[in-house]
Amino acid sequence: MSNDDAAAPAAALQAAGGPGAVPVNGVPAASGEDAGSDGWPLFEVFVRSRRGLSHNHVGSLHAADAEMALHSARDVYTRRQEGVSIWVVPSTALTASSPDEKDAFFEPAADKIYRHPTFYNVPGGVQM
Amino acid sequence: MSGDQLSYALRLGDDALILSHRLAEWSSKAPQLEDDIALTNIALDLLGQARSFLTYAGKLEGENRDEDDFAYLRREDEFRSCLLAEQPNNDDFGLAIARQLLFATYQLALYGALSASSDETFAAIAAKAVKEVSYHREYAATWAIRLGDGTHESGKRMQQSLNDLWRFTGELFEADEVTGRLVSAGIAPDPDLLRSEWDRDIDAVLAEATLERPTSNVLPGTGRSGRHSEHLGYLLAEMQYLHRLHAGATW
Repeated sequence: MSNDDAAAPAAALQAAGGPGAVPVNGVPAASGEDAGSDGWPLFEVFVRSRRGLSHNHVGSLHAADAEMALHSARDVYTRRQEGVSIWVVPSTALTASSPDEKDAFFEPAADKIYRHPTFYNVPGGVQM
Repeated sequence: MSGDQLSYALRLGDDALILSHRLAEWSSKAPQLEDDIALTNIALDLLGQARSFLTYAGKLEGENRDEDDFAYLRREDEFRSCLLAEQPNNDDFGLAIARQLLFATYQLALYGALSASSDETFAAIAAKAVKEVSYHREYAATWAIRLGDGTHESGKRMQQSLNDLWRFTGELFEADEVTGRLVSAGIAPDPDLLRSEWDRDIDAVLAEATLERPTSNVLPGTGRSGRHSEHLGYLLAEMQYLHRLHAGATW
């Protein structure tokens, strides 16, 4: 039993890449015969902007390995001074929520407005 | 002395300009979209360097010629670029990588030393460009290692490309009266010192790429005196066509 086997059930939930990536059942990304037309696996690219504290997903690309992915990400996604730090992650390493579970995952939060900090009276003179 | 500086500015500017054009020819034709962008990024870096050097050349010359006049309105025999820069791509990515490795390694040593030049303009251009060129070298070295130490076929072709281009590398380090005077004045780096840095760096990459250092003879350089291979004329025809047809055309 290799790691590959253990990871196999998650394959159906792999993100397909690109901003707002969603899992696409039956369209596993980035491994074996499903790697890009060039045979290279897909990587997701995260960039931390100059003033940002966190890395944000900016897109994806194909590369032979992580080092090449990092180089390509630099050229493709930071040409206009978008960032000061880059992460690349094999798309197969992502586990994403499924559209089928959207209601169960996200609906319950819709009517719980008390989770927003909107029920406080702000004393006069406090600067927001 | 300013005549020497003018010659030097044209050599450096023309090297960057001509290689920039060669790299731009990969636009939409590279093996991968990612490399298409990488090669044209490098081309744009070099174009920026060329603009700085040629603008400075115009100032040194003092005859009101700007960067466009130098780039678009000189004849083939007025270009002072090295022969390596004008060598064609032949639709061969490995060949472009070999050319880029040989040239970027030279440029990295050159700009590193030139950023300490007593000529403030040269020093400033070099100090800005050295970061760009450092990435060019890394990009080329990474690919040279992948291809050289890749499959039997990729290793064979990478070696062939290196062998084919090797004869043009001597010109990069040729000393003449111009460089002699500029070195004495602390304006230009000593070509011999650049050569030893280049040798070390290239040998390290070749070793990791499991490639042999070519043993072929190097040719005496003729580009600095305006005698070019047959390839430059075709390159200029494409590069200068629009400007010559519509003088002063802008975007």
